[in-house]
Formats: sequence, structure tokens, C-alpha cells
Amino acid sequence: MADAIAVDRLVKRYDALAAVDGISFRVAAGQVFSFLGPNGAGKTTTTEILEGLRRRTEGDVRVLGLDPWAEAATLHRQIGVIPQGFRFFEKITPKEAVEYYGSLFHTNPDPIRLLTQVQLEDKAHARFDTLSGGQKQKLGLALALTNNPEICFLDEPTTGLDPTARRAIWQVIRALKSEGRTVFLTTHYLEEAQLLADQVAIIHHGHIIAAGSPDEIIATRGRPERVRFTAAPALAEYLRGHVGLPVTVADGRVDVELGQPGDALRVLAAADASGVPWAHFETVQDTLEDVFVRLVGQMDDGALKSEGAA
Amino acid sequence: MRPARILADFKVVVRSYLRNPVALFFSLIFPIILISLFGLIFSAAGSTTVAITVLNEDHNSPQSVALLSALNNTTVAKLSFVNWNSSSFAKNLGANDDAVGLIIPAGYGASLAAHRPVNVTLYTDPQDAAGAGAAQFIVTGVTNAINLEAANGSALVGIQQQNVGSAIYTYIDYLIPGLIGFSILTSPMFSMVDVAASYRKEGIFRQLSLTPLTRAEWLTSHILWYTALTFVTAGIMIGAGLVLFGAHVTVDLGLVPFLIVGPLLFVSLGMLAGSVAKTPESAALIGNIITFPMMFLSGTFFAVSSFPPALQSFAHVLPLYYVIDGMNQVMLFSNTARAATDAVIVLVIAIVIFLLAIRFFTWRDE
Repeated sequence: MADAIAVDRLVKRYDALAAVDGISFRVAAGQVFSFLGPNGAGKTTTTEILEGLRRRTEGDVRVLGLDPWAEAATLHRQIGVIPQGFRFFEKITPKEAVEYYGSLFHTNPDPIRLLTQVQLEDKAHARFDTLSGGQKQKLGLALALTNNPEICFLDEPTTGLDPTARRAIWQVIRALKSEGRTVFLTTHYLEEAQLLADQVAIIHHGHIIAAGSPDEIIATRGRPERVRFTAAPALAEYLRGHVGLPVTVADGRVDVELGQPGDALRVLAAADASGVPWAHFETVQDTLEDVFVRLVGQMDDGALKSEGAA
Repeated sequence: MRPARILADFKVVVRSYLRNPVALFFSLIFPIILISLFGLIFSAAGSTTVAITVLNEDHNSPQSVALLSALNNTTVAKLSFVNWNSSSFAKNLGANDDAVGLIIPAGYGASLAAHRPVNVTLYTDPQDAAGAGAAQFIVTGVTNAINLEAANGSALVGIQQQNVGSAIYTYIDYLIPGLIGFSILTSPMFSMVDVAASYRKEGIFRQLSLTPLTRAEWLTSHILWYTALTFVTAGIMIGAGLVLFGAHVTVDLGLVPFLIVGPLLFVSLGMLAGSVAKTPESAALIGNIITFPMMFLSGTFFAVSSFPPALQSFAHVLPLYYVIDGMNQVMLFSNTARAATDAVIVLVIAIVIFLLAIRFFTWRDE
């Protein structure tokens, strides 16, 4: 599959500070790519460079084969963007806004059809300043679609939205993918990335610290699957002596890390044989969020240690 | 530049404006308030008389009565008589808020009859410079006439009064072009400075930069809107001047160039000021620094020719001066040649500022 976005050794410096420090990645056409990282990691800087809103310091960036800064005008006809914290003219209605963008792009979309697509048709005639946060983001999505873009850049489209509004945006993102568009999504919500993204990259301090599909990242960087009992610490003592697997105790829960799936039966049999009463058991797996928090945390600890040594 | 995109943006600008009641109030009602206010203040000033408090110590001598009746005959002096002690006269004037006082000394009549020099004493208040000047002129004029008569002379030079221009104008007639110029300046300057800074802060320029709309198209649609607004405002002001104050100004096509190049200039200047500023606060400051001197020194409320020479030279570098002077030439003096020169000067400045605004107004970050 052709690459919709290709980034090679991208660097963006603000004075001496490298906000983005030599990152490379590819986004295949038709995929949902989620770009993750804590605040200040370089997410928005990278996104704005890809959108042609910010000039890069070094490296090569191609979006749909174009240089986003030098060929911005051509690129902007082929991409749709919701910037972070989308704002618009306060007294203008969604229907008027779509018509306005249609005239600017010379595409003449059907405003009501487009607003229906983002589930905003009931607010077609309400002024922007009366819309809720979620409705504003939906209008941002609708405007990003007025030029029938090949790539949609969504920069934190669900930040600050209630759960229902977030799910509505997710539906739209899935629809975009099913229409064959490429989606470049940045978000703070890791579950969102895990649910929607084909590929993710995690950026931290200007470097990409993990990349791949969510499952790959969890499999390679996450902890093994665990069996979790709600039980007294005595159970942990017993299991340590009988199953030969790592056992941890925290908050009244006993976790046993599984080496392979078959281990689960041995652990349950041992727990049954222990005679220690337990209330509840479940198997737990790392989520993308667990992996993210650990990776970012480890890196910050490492950075602190090396600073302390120096 | 594509007309379709300019038109699309123009529609957004008009809708945003018309749906903002405060903005609408200021554009439509404010001109009427402004012209009524200044019309009332300054037309009253034109008919003011000078109140003079008189202490006549030369009790009803024929000569003192003649002096007082001559003053009275000027119709500009309004005399009131007191019976204070001359030593506390100045203090009493101050206590009574009387700005001008006159003492005719005892023996005034006798001195005149004997052809001996005698002084009347004129008291004026430095805080009321206009009243002091007027009183000085009136009293000097009257005493000169008395001196002339005493010397048995007769006047050789007479004065016949005419107003400037081809017809008789009142202050309101000068005020109309001035106030139209005032709104051509202030309305776009204040809002464009604000728009430039706040659209950047809110990311609306960034949003627009992702569309095919160009900065020149965006600026043009705003110029079109403020031009339309200027025509409406000018119409309201001229209408109010004619109806409320009986102004007699010439309204013809000669005004049109100023109502177009004026907004072109000041929308661009507002955008330029807003673009070079880093924050909305500094934008407002820069806007005020540019706007306020122009607001008062370009002939808006007072004719530039009445300024001291240094201030006149300064006024001549202010672009608004040429807008207002041009409209004065059209509306009052029918001096088409000078109006055309003014229009060309404003047009050249406007084009330069427009290009500078496009150059400095960026909507992407480096």
C-alpha cells in the first residue's frame, strides 16, 4: 500500500530546544494512525508540520507526495484538518459554515447531508457560540470534510467531550476509514487509540519510543497476562510456593503472571487447593494505556537518573 | 484573487456583524449621537455672549454711561452691574464664578472732559481664554472709538464681514465632513486591530490558512464591508446634519472616492497594526497610538488652519487629514481639483499600507 505520509529524520527546533528530535515514521493510505504522547512531547508540533502550518528545521516530510510547507496550497485542497480546540466565527451557523467552506474550496457540498454525516443536522441553524464542545468539534469535522479530503488530520478531537459525544466522534472516524480515507489522529485517550487505530506511534521528549499496531505494542512492551484474585495475602504465600510463577500483592489483590495460557488452569487449581478463601478472580491484560504510562514513566525515571549521575 | 471566495467571506463578515447588536448599535446610532452632541456643543459656542460684571465708580457720569451703552450696543457683551468695593472686586468675581469684570474709576468722566488720560480696569480669568480674548477685543474696540471721538477723528477703514467659501456656512457644515472622516478612521481601526489579534489567538487565521482563501481576499472582503458601512454612516450623518441642524453641504459623486479609499486605507492600517503586535493588549495599544492623534489633529472637530504652525505640519503627514480636507473641498468649497489631489494622495498611501498589511499579516507560524 502507498504511504500517505512519510516522515524521515524530522527535526523541529525552537531556539536551542528540539521539540521534535529526528523522528521517522510512515502512514499507509487508508489506515487510522494514532500519534500519542504526553503534553509537550512534540505531538502538536509534528502534526502542524504535516499540515503545512509550521516550518520544519530539518528532515524530509512528504504528505501525499507533497512538501507540506512549500506546497501548502496544493496540499490543503487534499487534506482536512481539525486543529486542537477548534474555533469558528461565533455568529455563524453550521449550515452557513459548510456553505462558506464549500465556496472557498469550490466543492459545493450538500450542507445538510454533511452535517448528518457528523450527527449535527439538528443544530444546522444554531449559531456557533451556542453549540456545546462536542457539537463544535463535530462542525470542525464537517468542515474538514467539505473538500472530500484524502487525509483527515484530527488533533485531539475528543478532548474535553463527554462520553456520548466522544463515541459519536469515534463513529465518524470509523466511517472515514470505511470510505477509504487516511486518518491521522492525536489523542490523550489511549483507549480511543486502541479502539480506532491500525497503527500507533508514541512520541516522548521529541523521540518515538514505540510504534506498531496496538496489539503488537502491548504484546512486545506490555507485561504478561495475569490471573487476579481478590483474596488475603496468605494466598500469595501459598501460590509462590506451589506454581513457580511471579506473584504480586497490592490493594487486597493477588496477581499471578502467566508464562503461557495453559498456566491459568494450574494457578486456579493451586488456589482451590490452598484452602485460603478468595472472593473473585479474573484474567487481566495490559491495555495500551498501561503500556504508555509505563514506557513514559520509565523514560522519565531514566532521564532523571542520568541527570542525577551527571 | 477570486471574486467567489471574496464574496463567500464577505457574507460571513456581514452576517457576523449584523448578528452582533452592540456593533450594529455603534455603527448606526453612534453617528447620530456624535453629530447631535458636537452639533449642539459647538453651535451653542458660536452664539455665546461675553458676560461682563461692571463696577461703575464714576456714578452715572454721562461719559461712563456712554461707554457702557457702547459696550451694550456691540450685542456681544452682556453687562451686569454690582456695587462692590473696588478693593475686593477681584475676590468677589472669583467667588461668583464671573470670568470677566470691568471697573470704571471715579473721576472717569471728569478726566475725559479735561482730556486727561484715564484707565478702566479689565479683569479676566486665565482659565477662560476665549472669554478673556473676546472681552479684551470688545473693550479695546469700544475705548478706541471713544479715543477717536475725543481726538475729533473719523474712521477711515471700515469692516464688511463675509464668511469663508462661496456661501454662508455654520459650524455644523464643517462638522459633517470631519465626523464622517472620524468614523472612516475609528470604525475600521478599532475593530480590525481587535480582529487581527483575537483571530490569531483563537486560531481562526490558522483555520482559514487551511483553505484556499488568501490573505488578500480576506482583507478585501473586510474592506468591502467597511466601505458599505461607511456609505451608510455618511448617509446617516449627512441626513442628521440636514434634518437636525439645517446644514447646507453639497452632496455629490465627488464624495464617493473618499468613502472608498478611506476604508481601504484604515482597514489595511488596522490590520497592519494588529499584525505587528504580538498580543491583543499590545495590538490595542499600537492601534490607540495611531488612532488618537489622527482623531483630533486631522480636522475632525477643528479646522487644521486654526492650529499652531508646528501642529499644522504634523497634521499634514496624517492620512486622515487628506480624507477630511478632500471631503471639505467637495461638500463646502466645490474645489474639485484640490479634492482630486487629496483623493490621489490617500489612494497612494492606502495601496502602500494594503501591501504592507498583506506582507506582515501572516496566518501560519514559521
